[in-house]
Amino acid sequence: MEPLTIMEIAVRVFYQFTPVWISLVILFAVSVAFKRRLGLYGKLFDSPIGMIGFGLVMFWVFTGIFGALDLIVTHDPLAQISGMKNKGPGTPLPSVEDGGYGWYLLGGDNLARDVFSRMIRGAWVVVQIAPLATLFAFMVGITLGLPAGYYGGRLDTLLSFLANLILAFPVILLFYLLVTPEIVATGVPNYMATLLFVFPIIFVGVLLNSRYHTQPRFRTPLLAGVLGVMVWLYLSLISEAGSAVSILPGALDIFDIPGGILVVFVSVVFVNSPTVFRIVRGLAMDIKTRDYVAAAQTRGEGPWYIMLWEILPNARGPLIVDFCLRIGYTTILLGTLGFFGLGLPPESPDWGSTINEGRKLLSIYLHPALPPAFALLSLVLGLNLLADGLREESLKD
Amino acid sequence: MGLFILRRAGIMLITALCLTFVVFFLTNLYPNLEKLGKTQGNIRMTDAQVETWLDRRGYLRPTVVKYGEWLGVLPGFTYTDSDGNLTGRCFRDSQPGETAPRFCGILQGNWGYSIVFKQPAGEIIATRLTLTGKLMFWVMVLMVPTALIVGVLAGMKEGSRTDRTLTTFSIVSTATPEYVSGVILIAVFASSAVGLKWFKGTATSAMDDANFSNFFLPVLTISLYGMGYIARMTRASMTEVMTAQYIRTARLKGVRFSSIVLKHALRNALIAPFTVIMLQFPWLLNGVVIVETLFNYKGFGWTLVQAAGNNDIELLLAVSVVSVIVVLVTQLISDIGYVYLNPRIRVS
Repeated sequence: MEPLTIMEIAVRVFYQFTPVWISLVILFAVSVAFKRRLGLYGKLFDSPIGMIGFGLVMFWVFTGIFGALDLIVTHDPLAQISGMKNKGPGTPLPSVEDGGYGWYLLGGDNLARDVFSRMIRGAWVVVQIAPLATLFAFMVGITLGLPAGYYGGRLDTLLSFLANLILAFPVILLFYLLVTPEIVATGVPNYMATLLFVFPIIFVGVLLNSRYHTQPRFRTPLLAGVLGVMVWLYLSLISEAGSAVSILPGALDIFDIPGGILVVFVSVVFVNSPTVFRIVRGLAMDIKTRDYVAAAQTRGEGPWYIMLWEILPNARGPLIVDFCLRIGYTTILLGTLGFFGLGLPPESPDWGSTINEGRKLLSIYLHPALPPAFALLSLVLGLNLLADGLREESLKD
Repeated sequence: MGLFILRRAGIMLITALCLTFVVFFLTNLYPNLEKLGKTQGNIRMTDAQVETWLDRRGYLRPTVVKYGEWLGVLPGFTYTDSDGNLTGRCFRDSQPGETAPRFCGILQGNWGYSIVFKQPAGEIIATRLTLTGKLMFWVMVLMVPTALIVGVLAGMKEGSRTDRTLTTFSIVSTATPEYVSGVILIAVFASSAVGLKWFKGTATSAMDDANFSNFFLPVLTISLYGMGYIARMTRASMTEVMTAQYIRTARLKGVRFSSIVLKHALRNALIAPFTVIMLQFPWLLNGVVIVETLFNYKGFGWTLVQAAGNNDIELLLAVSVVSVIVVLVTQLISDIGYVYLNPRIRVS
């Protein structure tokens, strides 16, 4: 077979993304049709910047999901095909088995793997980890930041000191200290996971309890059910046979996070939460002087009810904007980890690792390094634009 | 003001102690020591032999004691072997039998010895920091004026076409981490595949003799990421100032637009970016590590990677002390500077 021309490559890549285009069109059509009823999300479709950002983000989200379902990828991202080492974009395979895809659309890397498929699978790594890690960081930051801002005093001094301590740490040094195999062997990341992942349970528990504690007949079963499920998830998340923390017996352990991913996850949550803490604390200090908080205090509401049901909902605007920005920042951090070969296994298709591998031959072969670089750039850019759009729209009311 | 600086310096000192203790604790965990024993002693040592090796060098005592010795507030570790020979922490430079100082820690100026570079860690830090200082100087020269100009131009007339273009530019630059922009810049300007070859893809030669062609790409790569953020802050504070009453008064009096911007708006608009620029230093440290690895420029960031990657405990400790101090001092300066520049803030 002949090598593909640039036009043919573009058409074929476009064609591979068909499921993504279809999903995007449906999502946008539905959202635009019902945008008046969708609150802040609907208003996003009034701002062109927000729409572009949202489109870019959703493009990579869909790509990640469909890629994990084997829809977009053309080859196994780990398979090496002899004769394809460092071959340029559009090179046909030496021999095609039945039903196999005949070309490396974006060329092969220095281990003769398909650059295109690796880039798609890399999106899945990010889509899996980044939003979830950011969410966890927010849970930690909110659970600690609200009381620090609301009560002030010693508690605030102590927590702020701890937050500043982590913030003064150079991120890369922290990663090197936490993610090296020797430290992982001592179980420090596992203990940190045990500590950090408690916060979502505390958060949800306090959230529900403060709202419904006047109706014990409804509250008790609700709390028991929700917390039961969460504690079970928590235990199966942190306990892993053979590692430092192994509490649940194997039969009850419903899923296992691969060790490398857990370590990466923990360190990213750890680095992000102090910043969230500072933002939430600042917002809480500002909002606690408002009249509706005074009204709630006069009604005799408990402090946690005021924090979680009066202050937090009124701080949502800045928090949502920061959430988007922070997912972008987390993506950059994940890339940094991959770039230094920390945490994730070396053959992992995540963007940071692929960029790191590709850069070594950059002066001769461009194609292995550039696709993941542009992928990461466009995702983070999309998140930043989305945050800008959201900020603009939320300021309009 | 004096009390404020004193208080901040006290907190800074406590923070530095806590942070270095964390680093010390993490680097002195047993698996790290075991690896050290095997690389320094003999790779085929049994576990028991490793333990004796570590014990003879005082590695197996409580972390707090070791930290005190490293800091120089506790007397250094000594060990008398069966022949009566005295060895210990402070005997490194002198011959056995000579009198060694009782204390030898950071406070005495003893930064430890790097096992990778076979040099005292203090010397390595000094040379590497000078190299990184050169890099940072040029980054500041490029980044700060460009970012301020971009921000002021964009914030001058909110919503204009210049504003839109420059804001897009700054969003794109904040969305591009150094390892992405560096790779793209090398690909475009330095690779033989594109063929422009205006600049060099490595900055190794820039360590002795920096010139435009071997030093511009690393400087640009670090600057780009920080630039967008500073520019956006400048733009935000500029737009705020431009809507202030005294600017309107000046316009109504018929002052020229250029002199409104330069004489009335600029000074007030630059207060917020000052803090941001100072707080960028910790971020630049990250950027420095990535860029020095990418361009193979053997400065401070490169040393950090080497020390951490090779389990070079004493060098890594020295590196972290320096970086923590850099971060804390810039925070202090930015706080003090903010108070000086903004008379509305009263320290109490």
